Amino acid sequence: MSRSSAGFAERSIHSLLDAVDYAAQAEKRAETAGLLQSMDARLKLAGVLLVIIAVVTSRALVPIGAVFGGAVFLAIASGIRVRAVATTVWIPALLFTGVIALPSVFLVQHGVRSAAFLVSRSITCATLSALLVFSTPWPALLKALRALHVPAIAVTILGMTYRYLFSILDVARDMLESRRSRTVGVLSGAEERRMAAAAAGVLLSRSVLLSREVHFAMLSRGFRGEAFTLENRPIFPRDWAYFTAFAASAACVLWFGR
Amino acid sequence: MHIPDGYLSPATCATMYGASAPFWYAALARMKRALHTQTTPLLAVFSALSFIVMMFNLPLPGGTTGHAVGVATAAIVLGPWGAILSISMALVIQALLFGDGGITAIGANCFNMAIAGALVAYAVYRLISGRAAIGAHRRVIAAGAAGYIAINFSALLAAIEFGLQPMLFHDAFGAPLYAPYPLRIAIPAMMIGHLTFAGLAETVLAAGVIAYLQKADPELLEATAPGAVRSGVPEVQATWRRTRPLWISLGVLLALTPIGIVAAGSAWGEWTPADFANEAARRQIARASRSVQPPAFTPHGLRQLADVWTSPMPRYSAPFLRSAAFGYLLSAMTGTGLIILAWLLFSWLQRRVRDGAGGVP
Repeated sequence: MSRSSAGFAERSIHSLLDAVDYAAQAEKRAETAGLLQSMDARLKLAGVLLVIIAVVTSRALVPIGAVFGGAVFLAIASGIRVRAVATTVWIPALLFTGVIALPSVFLVQHGVRSAAFLVSRSITCATLSALLVFSTPWPALLKALRALHVPAIAVTILGMTYRYLFSILDVARDMLESRRSRTVGVLSGAEERRMAAAAAGVLLSRSVLLSREVHFAMLSRGFRGEAFTLENRPIFPRDWAYFTAFAASAACVLWFGR
Repeated sequence: MHIPDGYLSPATCATMYGASAPFWYAALARMKRALHTQTTPLLAVFSALSFIVMMFNLPLPGGTTGHAVGVATAAIVLGPWGAILSISMALVIQALLFGDGGITAIGANCFNMAIAGALVAYAVYRLISGRAAIGAHRRVIAAGAAGYIAINFSALLAAIEFGLQPMLFHDAFGAPLYAPYPLRIAIPAMMIGHLTFAGLAETVLAAGVIAYLQKADPELLEATAPGAVRSGVPEVQATWRRTRPLWISLGVLLALTPIGIVAAGSAWGEWTPADFANEAARRQIARASRSVQPPAFTPHGLRQLADVWTSPMPRYSAPFLRSAAFGYLLSAMTGTGLIILAWLLFSWLQRRVRDGAGGVP
């Protein structure tokens, strides 16, 4: 059954599996050896953010193109397959932004240049974000957020959200698969909507129960409402060298793109 | 509606982060005050749930499908502050881990969908649901409307942010640097999709989940339904208590109706054929019509149609009553009573139709 003609259960199972697969691939890539993987997560996050901000600020196309080239080089140097970046980042970004940018060629003054800005900026930033995720395990990325002064409680909630995301994903997938296995024939639109609402409602009820269980488990382990994060590994001179390279790139983009 | 990087200028992104920060701070403070140690697990689990619900491919009327944000559902179950935080967390994970929405645009995306969306959804839900019982059909309608209005409000905010970009930011050649379309294009382009598909998806999810929870887990709806009619209180008694001030006001207004006698002459346009032959009445018509003289004779149409229907209580006084004041009072009571009777009949018919439709197992 094709995805377009599939029912609510099939389509949603596909979406859930895609998300699990994407996250698993990102985790797997983050654990392999490579240039970006060896860098301290805090400095890497700060460096990538600096470059993204510089790309968004640039008023010229050439510096944005240069950053895109640099990002492709970094992907290769970090053992991240360009094909994987193309399928997970470039094609979706190009399709989404391309559809939005294309009419501007005809509707807006200097439309071609404007469309080029929109497409190049969004694809370059998406590539940099993907490199960050593909080279950094999620827990390390969350701890790095603390370096940007994101409150500890927000970081803790984000970390727990990621953990329970997969727990609820499993529940949702099992529920939809069991429902699909008990469904004979084709459901009408109204029946499918009822099924979707019931699935979301069941997940909601179960989530409340889960949050209570987690709460009691946390209390039993001494949680008193304060959130702490473990210290990261020490920063080595090599990390500072990488960060300097990122910062210098951002400064160049700002200078040439002013 | 997840705005990617590069669509908004750094200044806009910084402004939207700045606009979101106080709401995040206030929401976290309120949640911690209300739930203390329960805040962290509750928000973590609900953020994960919000993320997953956003991935549901909802079947919409007309055979198409769509994704919902689930902001109305979260606002109804968790309240606006809990919804702000859980939807924000889900959006942050979507941006950081899955690249859905830009990192620089997290502030804007959270402001549009999580903050404005949650506050609007909550306000609409409370306004429409009022004090209706937890299981009332009105709450399902309120949830659907809340979802529809909230997602469209969020889309409107995003469209305004897009539309402002070409006005404020362009390069030396005049080419727009960010989202290229002006407000006159950005708003309709964004709203068409949201007024139809995205709005429907949000309505289907919110109304469907609330209808489900009413039957399966009504306790989850109680937090945002203060003053809702309890199932233990008879409905008639509760309705009377709720509408008592209205009935008292109506009684006072009825008692005051004889004041109408004090007003001299006829209301403008409510003239009878006899008024056109009466000199005093003609002067009053001219005075009320900015000195425009009425026709010399009674208009032909008025003369013909005036006698088609003769009211049993012409000019608010029954022929058998001598007191004009009592006639006014009696007319007011009769008219009000007839309107109430008509509404009772209408409600009875509506209930019968609904029970007939839903009564078949």
